[in-house]
Amino acid sequence: MSDETNSSQSPALQKEGALTRFFRATEIDARILGMIAALLLIWISFDIASGILRGNFGGLLGGSFLTPRNLWTLSVQTSSIAIMSTGMVLLIVMRQLDLSVGSMLSLVAVAGAVLQVFELVPILGVGHPAIWMIAVVFCISLGALVGAFNGLITAYAQIPAFIVTLGGLLAYSGLAFFLGRGETVAPLDKTFEIFGGGIPISWIGPFWSWVLAGIACAGIVYGIVNGRRQRHRFKFPLRPMWAEFFLVFLGCSTVLGVTNIMNSYPWPFKLIENHAKANGVTIPAGIENKDGEAVCMAGEQAVRCLDGLIYYTGYPVPVIIALVVGLAMTFLATRTAFGRYVYAIGGNPEAAELAGINTKWMLVKAFALMGALVGVSAIVSSARLNAATNALGGLNELYVIAATVIGGTSLAGGVGTIYGAMLGALMMQSIISGMSLLNLPAAFQNVVVGVVLVLAVWLDQLYSRRVK
Amino acid sequence: MATPLIEMRDISIAFGGIKAVDHASVDLYPGEVVGLLGHNGAGKSTLIKVVSGAYKRDSGQIFVEGNEVSINNPRDAKALGIETIYQTLALADNVDAAANLYLGRELKTPMGTLDDVAMEAETRKVMHRLNPNFKRFKEPVSKLSGGQRQSVAIARAIHFNARILIMDEPTAALGPQETAQVGELIKQLKEEGIGIFLISHDLHDVFDLADRLCVMKNGKVVGTAKTTDVDHDEVLGMIIAGKCPPKAIPGPGAM
Repeated sequence: MSDETNSSQSPALQKEGALTRFFRATEIDARILGMIAALLLIWISFDIASGILRGNFGGLLGGSFLTPRNLWTLSVQTSSIAIMSTGMVLLIVMRQLDLSVGSMLSLVAVAGAVLQVFELVPILGVGHPAIWMIAVVFCISLGALVGAFNGLITAYAQIPAFIVTLGGLLAYSGLAFFLGRGETVAPLDKTFEIFGGGIPISWIGPFWSWVLAGIACAGIVYGIVNGRRQRHRFKFPLRPMWAEFFLVFLGCSTVLGVTNIMNSYPWPFKLIENHAKANGVTIPAGIENKDGEAVCMAGEQAVRCLDGLIYYTGYPVPVIIALVVGLAMTFLATRTAFGRYVYAIGGNPEAAELAGINTKWMLVKAFALMGALVGVSAIVSSARLNAATNALGGLNELYVIAATVIGGTSLAGGVGTIYGAMLGALMMQSIISGMSLLNLPAAFQNVVVGVVLVLAVWLDQLYSRRVK
Repeated sequence: MATPLIEMRDISIAFGGIKAVDHASVDLYPGEVVGLLGHNGAGKSTLIKVVSGAYKRDSGQIFVEGNEVSINNPRDAKALGIETIYQTLALADNVDAAANLYLGRELKTPMGTLDDVAMEAETRKVMHRLNPNFKRFKEPVSKLSGGQRQSVAIARAIHFNARILIMDEPTAALGPQETAQVGELIKQLKEEGIGIFLISHDLHDVFDLADRLCVMKNGKVVGTAKTTDVDHDEVLGMIIAGKCPPKAIPGPGAM
């Protein structure tokens, strides 16, 4: 095709290797590919290691890591940190930092729980549909307010964000303690609990998961087609056709693969039993074994008998929330003036100010956004626990910052991506979960996460230097 | 005589105890180039930063076309049609040329999102006019050469219909050919009726391009003169000794 300015046609570029040409044509970030490779390596290692140490639990490589059950749980555990890391990316890109997100999460979660348990339930009654709505709006608004407060002090009193949010770390956790009187505030509203992703309250099932996957695939195709049309409109060089098809294939097969995994995790036996009893579903009869439990024969093996009565969970609600937040934040960072200013300020704060950007107000907005995302994470975390305590967000600030930095965001400012940070969160949680599967002590897990953090930054610097 | 495009009257600004600009008055007419000269630290850059909104003056008045204006930040200055090319270029190094050109004034789609494609297309046009060899539109400006970065900074200043252009050492990073191009550009902008403040160390540049010159020393204006009324030695005398030649109008800094 004549309109395809394929880079391989120019003689100067002909010499470069097939791999370089591939990256140039598809415009895939090699750094992200490296992260995904590292992630897969971690997953494979843990699956093999857990297989050797603990025996086969149905993992892809004979262990217990690469099972739908573990991957499902992993995704739920990653959500809260992943949501917050998307906000931290913008702050770190702007050369700021928020050390108070963990304490803020505790404060917002406790405040939200106190509101539900001690204020709304006595007025509206247990299970009133307004309770969860008020609680959600309250948590996000409170988070945004506290974040904006951090931002106002940082921007207008000109105190470094490190100090302001270090103060916040102490102050907000103290406030959370006062507010909840140091107690665990529970139980939360039943509908509110859906945001935590606990079975059997919160599940969307395979059908709706496939619907979501379909929408995502359509979105990918639309994005590629639209991008091509835009480039065509202004006669810019186009990606070669094979690269476009490859990107669609890669995107869609990832979406469908992940959906398939999420749809392969059946509810635990006991929950199905409870659910069946609660909803008057007949549990199919089996043979009783010597412990008096109903079993069925699956070939040679006796299994717990719930033939025809298996529920698959599909995408957990917190994961859907995290993915939607990730998409929205990516849109904000790359497609809006706000995002453009964030990166410009990170690249050269003085230039941004001279270009007429209100940099102080931008700081306030970015901190407020961070706070709102902490609010979302507070909802997810407290709903998952069905309770809130002043220790709920403990150390979360460090995990969020670590995830962001592992994901390729430079502390010098100006550089960082949302999807990188979310991948960083997933990588960190994979390491923590994997070591739990291997029965390694929690203290040792922190050692490894610390080492990985430093290692990731070092590798990233090596890569950047080589590229230069 | 016509009203000046911009007139600064008795501008003063101090940092700590140091008077960086001390009761300076300068004016500029449409289609005129005024060269600002002086040693390092004479207060030239500080004075123009007051006009471009980067610094807030302690006292004094600014008039644009006869009306007093208040310039408190760079946004105010831009709204009045005052554009500046800073000595440091003031580019956001981590984003590309188009993002820098439109920084703070992005083109939007009907949806309110950034119209990157349209911005890049416009940038290609502007850059083609300034620097036909410029091809690296997708790369962050930190990867560009000094001359290319300078072109981006100049493009940004002239693209938005400036009436008053401030150029702080616009040719400092440029080779002879590119310097000549900037000279051509200044002449072209003059014909369009734009007023230009030209800050330069290079006396030849100023004598070539400027209609008048204004010399500063220790924050004070030594004197203002038509370039045709003074010669190189007299101007050097103003810069070094603060001595005002007979045909120049002396300022508060004259010996």
